[in-house]
Order: sequence, then C-alpha cells, then structure tokens
Amino acid sequence: MTIEDDELIKDFIVESQEHLSDVESQLLTLESQQNGVDVALVNKVFRAVHSIKGAAGFLGFEVLESLAHRGEEVLNRLRNNEMRPTSLVINTLLRATDRLKELLDSLESSNQQNVTEHIIALEALLKNPDDTSIENVLDATIDDCEEIESKSTDAIIFAVGLNVDIGSNTEVSSNVAAKTESVVTPPVPPKSTEILNPLLHDTAMTSAADSTIRVDVVLLDTLMTRVGELVLARNQILQFTGELGNSDLMRTTQRLNLITTELQEGVMKTRMQPIGNVWTKFPRLVRDLAVICGKEVRIEMQGKETELDKTIIEAIKDPLTHLVRNTVDHGIEKPEVRLSNGKPIEGCLTLRAFHEGGQVIIEISDDGSGLNLDRIKHKAVERGLISQEQAARMQEQEISQLIFLPGFSTAEKVSNVSGRGVGMDVVKTNIEKIGGSVDLQTSPGVGTTVRIKIPLTLAIIPALLVTSAGNRFAIPQVNLIELVRLEGDQSSKSIEWIQGAPVYRLRGRLLPLVYLRKVLKIQEENGVPPDTINIVILRADDRQFGLVVDRINDTEEIVVKPLSKQLKSVSVYSGTTIMGDGKVALILDVLGLAYASQVISKLRDVSLSESNSFAKESNGTQQTLLILGTGTCRRLALPISQVARLEKISKKAIEFANNQEVVQYRGKILPLIRLAKYLGIENAAGPEDDLLNVVVYIENDRSFGLVIDQIVDIVELALQINHPSTREGLLGSALIHDRVTDLVDLPALIRMLDKTVPSSLPSLV
Amino acid sequence: MSTTSQLCTFFLDNQMFGIDVQTVQEVIRYQQMTDIPLAPDAVCGLINLRGQIVTAIDLRKRLGLPGRPEGQLPMNVVVRSDDGAVSLLVDQIGDVQDSDHQNFETPPETLRGSTRQLILGAYKMKDRLLLILDTNRVIDVTSVND
Repeated sequence: MTIEDDELIKDFIVESQEHLSDVESQLLTLESQQNGVDVALVNKVFRAVHSIKGAAGFLGFEVLESLAHRGEEVLNRLRNNEMRPTSLVINTLLRATDRLKELLDSLESSNQQNVTEHIIALEALLKNPDDTSIENVLDATIDDCEEIESKSTDAIIFAVGLNVDIGSNTEVSSNVAAKTESVVTPPVPPKSTEILNPLLHDTAMTSAADSTIRVDVVLLDTLMTRVGELVLARNQILQFTGELGNSDLMRTTQRLNLITTELQEGVMKTRMQPIGNVWTKFPRLVRDLAVICGKEVRIEMQGKETELDKTIIEAIKDPLTHLVRNTVDHGIEKPEVRLSNGKPIEGCLTLRAFHEGGQVIIEISDDGSGLNLDRIKHKAVERGLISQEQAARMQEQEISQLIFLPGFSTAEKVSNVSGRGVGMDVVKTNIEKIGGSVDLQTSPGVGTTVRIKIPLTLAIIPALLVTSAGNRFAIPQVNLIELVRLEGDQSSKSIEWIQGAPVYRLRGRLLPLVYLRKVLKIQEENGVPPDTINIVILRADDRQFGLVVDRINDTEEIVVKPLSKQLKSVSVYSGTTIMGDGKVALILDVLGLAYASQVISKLRDVSLSESNSFAKESNGTQQTLLILGTGTCRRLALPISQVARLEKISKKAIEFANNQEVVQYRGKILPLIRLAKYLGIENAAGPEDDLLNVVVYIENDRSFGLVIDQIVDIVELALQINHPSTREGLLGSALIHDRVTDLVDLPALIRMLDKTVPSSLPSLV
Repeated sequence: MSTTSQLCTFFLDNQMFGIDVQTVQEVIRYQQMTDIPLAPDAVCGLINLRGQIVTAIDLRKRLGLPGRPEGQLPMNVVVRSDDGAVSLLVDQIGDVQDSDHQNFETPPETLRGSTRQLILGAYKMKDRLLLILDTNRVIDVTSVND
C-alpha cells in the first residue's frame, strides 16, 4: 500500500471512530423516543453509518462495509417510520456498532473476520422488527463472542444451530443459509467512482460537527514550555521598558504583556478536558449491565464540565468504569427487593465531579442497599486479612475500608460483571498512583458513596492571593467562605483570647483565628500591631477558622503544579503555581494549615465547643442587630444575618412596574418596600434627601429592597423580647440602648407582601 | 581502559566540587527565589525556570558549610532528577573537566557525619582535591538531613 493510502486509512479509522462514538449516545436517545423518533437524529446516525459504509467500500474493507450496509438499512426503516425504536432494535444496532468498532480496531484483518451473527440479526429485524427470537440469536452469539472470533467457521455453524432450535422461524433460518454463502464469497467491491461522491457529500455534511482537531499532547507540552519562556522574556522586557521610559515602547510592551498573558492562559487550557468525556460511555455501560443483572438503573451526572488534565482523565478512566460496574452489580438491588423495601424500582447511580480544597472530587453514589459491614468483617477474617481481635475493635468506617484490601470480595457468586475480588484494590492503587485517594461511605439500606479525590496537578483553579511578611500565597477559592477586614479600633478590640487562643466573634459565633505568620514561623521584626486586620475565613473538614494575613491581594486563576519531592513533607502546602508576573507562589493546603495550627484536633474540638456553649449560656441569644430609624422616632431592628446588602439608591432611579416601586439593581428588578407604610407607621416626610437608604433582603433567590429613613447603628447584644407583637411582620419590642425598638420579622413581612405585591412581579425578580 | 568521565565543577567555600556532567541540565546565574517557610533547612526557595518550577537547594547548607558571605550571589547548577529539575546553589562555577578514574579515591574514614554520605570520593588534581557529590543523595533532603 502506498503512503497515501496509509494516510487515507488512518483518516478513515479516526473519522469512523468519531462517528461511532456519537452514534452510541444517539441510539440511546432514540430508544427513549418510543412515540415517534426525531427524524433529524436518525438522519445523523444514518449519515454516520453511511459514511463508514462508503469509505469502507472505497478502501476495500468488504466485511466492514457489509455490516454497515445492513445497519444502514435498519436505520432507513426507522427514518421512514416503518419501524419503531424498540429496545430490541436499538440493542441489535448497538451491538452492530460495537462490532464495527472492533473491526476498525483490527482493520488490517477485518476482511477475515466474521460478522454473520450481526448481519443475520439485522436482516431478521428488517423482515420482522418484533421478532424477539432475534435477541436470542444475538445473546447467545454475543455471550460466546470470543469463541466466534477465534473460530469463525464454528460460529456460523453455531448460529445455524441456534436457528434450528427456534425452528418455527423459517425466514431467519433461510437467511442464515444465504448469509453463510455471502460471507464465504465476499461482495465485489463497488467501483470507486460510485462511492467517491457520497463520501465527499457526507464529509461536507458532518463537517459542522467537527469543530475540533486532534493535537499530539507532546506538541502541547512543548508549546507550554515555550510560552513559559516567552513569559520570562516578556518580564525582562517589561523591566527594561520601565528603565528606558520611552512611551511608544511602553505601549508596545503593554500589548506584548497582554498577548503573552492570554497566550499563556490559552495554552494551559488546551490540556484540560471536561470529565464528561470519560462519562459519555457510562450511560451505555450502565444500561447494558442493568439488562444483564436484571435491574433497572438510571444514571445521573453532575459537574460534567469539571476540567481535569488530560493525563489524569486517562488515568481515572479504568478505575471509574470499574466503580460504575460494581455499583450496578452489587450496589443497586433487584427491582423486587427495592419494591419490598419501599424504594422506587429504578435504582439511581449518580456521578458527581467538582473542585474542592484544591482537588477534584469525583463521587459515585447509589441509592442501593449499602455495604453489609458484618459480612465484610466476616469475610475479611475468613480470608485471613485481619484477625478476629482486630475485627472486634474496628469502627464502621474502618470496616468499609476493608474492601480496598487486595483479594477481597464478598460476592456470593462471581458474576461476569464484577466480584472476582481483583477490583477495589486495583482501583485504589490506580488512583493513588496519580496522587489521589479513595474513600467510601455507606449506610445500610440507603446507599453507598465512593469518593475519589484527585490532585489537580495541572488543573486550573480560582484562588485568592494573600501576602504575609512579603510572601505571596494562593488559597484555593473552594476553601474560602468570606473575608473580614477590621480597621482602627475594631482591630484591637474585636479579637479576644481564650486561654491563649485568639478568637473572633463572627456574627455571634466564636471563630478560631490562625495567624499565617505564626503558623509559617515568619514573625514580624517589630512587634507593632497593624491597624488593619485581614481575616480570610476558611473551611477545612466542615470546620471554619479565620486566617489572619497581612494583605489580601486579588483572585486569580492559577495553574496548580505539584510540590517537588523536597517539599512533600511540608503539610501546609498543596502545590505551587506561577503567577502572572512569572514569580512562583505556594498554594496553601487549608486542611494542612488547620492541623498545623491545631484548629482541627480531637482535643481542641471538645474544648472549643465547650467554651462555645458557655458563651451561649452566659449571653443568652447573642445577636448582631441592625438598628434602623423609620418615621418620626420609631426604631426598628433586624438581625444582620438577614441583611444581604445596604445600598443608597437615588430617588430618580425609581421606576414603576405593576403599580409597584422598583429599581434596577445588579441587572435585576428590585421591588422596593416602604417599610414604614407596611408596618403602618406614620411616615413623617423623611429627610428630603435624594438618596434612599435601602436594605436588600434575599429570600429564595428573590430580592427585596426595604426603604428606611436611616441606618442608626449595628449592635451586638443578648436579645430579650419584652413584648411579643400581635402585628404581622413584627416579632415584638425590646429595649436596645435604652430605646424601645421593634424587631422586624422579615420572612413574615415578605409573606405578607406576597399577598399585596402582584404575583407576576416576584417571578421577574 | 580509558576510564575518564566529564565532571562539571564548582566551588563552595573555596573547595572544589564536581558532579557528573551528564546530570547537569544547565547552569544559570542567580535567580530571584520564592521563600518557602517551614521547608527543610537546605531548601532555600523556588525558581521559575521558563515555566518549570524548580526547587533550589543551598549546597553550603546541605554540606554543613558556613553561610555564604553577604552580598555574594550564588549560581544555579540545574540538575535533572527523576522528580524533575532541581537547582543546586553554588558559590562559583568552574570548568568541565576530564578526570581519570585512576586518580579517584573514596573518602577517608575520618570523614564523618551526614556529609560522608553525600560525597562519593575525591579526584586528586594537581594542586587540589575535587570532591565528587552523589547528586541523588544531595537532592533528597528529607532522608539524610541530620
């Protein structure tokens, strides 16, 4: 074969594989359209199969062509609505697709391979689409697929034999005879001119979907390093330009700067792929497995778009497949069991992917029976993996981890699908190989969740940049809850100490504080306390703590690079990154930081919660309240936790919608509520100011603006309601700073408003 | 038998050291570094080497030599390792020298402490000794450090 032909064949394989990968999901969609198929979709499948047929014929792969041809005929019937996409039809088509893929994989020898069983099945479908015996033929042949592949002649006899068994169907058996012949004498390849035209035609049709191209990863890597070099050179030019002070040069440099940054970002993103790419094959897998196991399983996917580095995607493909298999086989119960347990017949397998703590988390959960911990313990002892005493002492969580031990399986019988005991430990080793971890949570009768944590390595994550003692650090945004800045007086007063441990009262709750300088042992030379304190409130393992840093810089998308071997032992870092200016910054490991500063540890947990409850007891219901002034001398208060924002809005900005005062606020329509009016308070023609004080309140994604006359104060106190109110919208009154203050019950107020505000309006908001 | 090898030589506290030239990726001038609080003592920072993040190890500290005089900037000898490139900070860079294995001797028994594990031996040069470092051990700061 000439080189040109080789190229052509390579293109053919790549193109056909792409076509087929789409076909699979499209067929599954078709299966769900029992009442009338989407003709456009059938056309797509048809065209894909047709192009494969055309090209295969052109290149002289007869077997491939003949199989594609039969598939195409069935699709044609579907397209003309002469056949319904019953699961039988789709099944047969799917299996034919699989066979096509196999043929493509071993293209060189494809002409010697046998596809009779598929052709028989497809032809039988054409004769009688409701003939369920077809499935028997195919099932039997598929089960023995390996045998068939190795001994093609045997397979034909086998297939014939089967048809004799179901003897009543004479049509099918006669077909077998016909086909046996046709396989022996392959069809004459069609003339190239005939086939060339449809081929060209099809390429033009499908080109719209091909907005992507394939690039060698090595090339991307080289490109990435080059861009890195460019960044460095850019930095130097920036420096020189600053020294020279030539304004023209300055402008050009700035443009260079911008372009380089964008180029850098772009190249870095090229290596990222959404995890959905791996998941696409799961619906089919789950469907097939469910059929084999006699179960009904629905698959749900969340976070398909979560991006991972290509190499990681490749590495987790197999472990994920294994876990999905396991879930369908072991996790989800048979329909009758589910029904008797009061669960819906259809089991649900959920795949979830998201970023957390600088890592990518992938969860595979089911609503099945959960792990049988007793049986696991029993098996583990039986297999000598743990001793009897060990077993007795084990916690539930530890027991569930046993299934990750090599050679462990509780399956009563080894099924085709899983249960050979070489599963979970391989999953674990594979995940750990790329620096990840696997964790399993199970509750009997409710379900099991397998959680895979994978380091990002090259993943791009948003991060907050902070500075402490001149060092820049990145904190993964996922750990971030909020930022608090204390200025002047506040900075010295609001930090309190419990036995040497600094705490800050965040809306009435005690928040342990950690000084980054202290944790990292980068103490300040002079002991003068700064007049502003920046607290980054972080979450680590369901616990919150405040990290005190010198300065909060900015948020940036960073590319995470792994720590070198020399730094692996330093637990407070999770990785490194290169900043926009070319300098290296360390990424803080929030969990490691929490441990290093002992925010999380069993002992402290107890003492802290004790001190917390003590604080609560002595203070009653400590609350932070926003004190508002409305009308002549009425004072109102509402918990600051209910306040989303305080805004000043110009009176000129007020518009009307449905007789309701509204303003445009952050691209939405914000209905304004004159608090005084709704509470029946005389509004003493408030200050003739153009600006209105508005308290923005958000409830269930709807926001409301409460118009008040003035904001008096923010106080923190133990609240005692003296006079419960009888009026809707008010909780009661209390003495705050020696003044009688009405407490506003915002949720009740909003409920009240729902009756008066036209119902169409909130839906707009 | 022609048992010569090429060595990349450099100086630390007026002593001459050498490593196999094959392991050296490049030699570059002093680069700005990012400090790593809490890192092992000999690890003194991170360098952005054309988009690649390289850990810098101060060889003076690693070998237990006195600190570098103030104002003297070290040079980077970037070596390849299984775990990516690592930079060794040295006072000054020397030549690439051919050395005959006949002149090689293992370190004397009197050489003790952690340093002994880092030095493979010495080449007897005309006027001085050239100490050969075990690069793999030198960059593995976690295991041998005290």
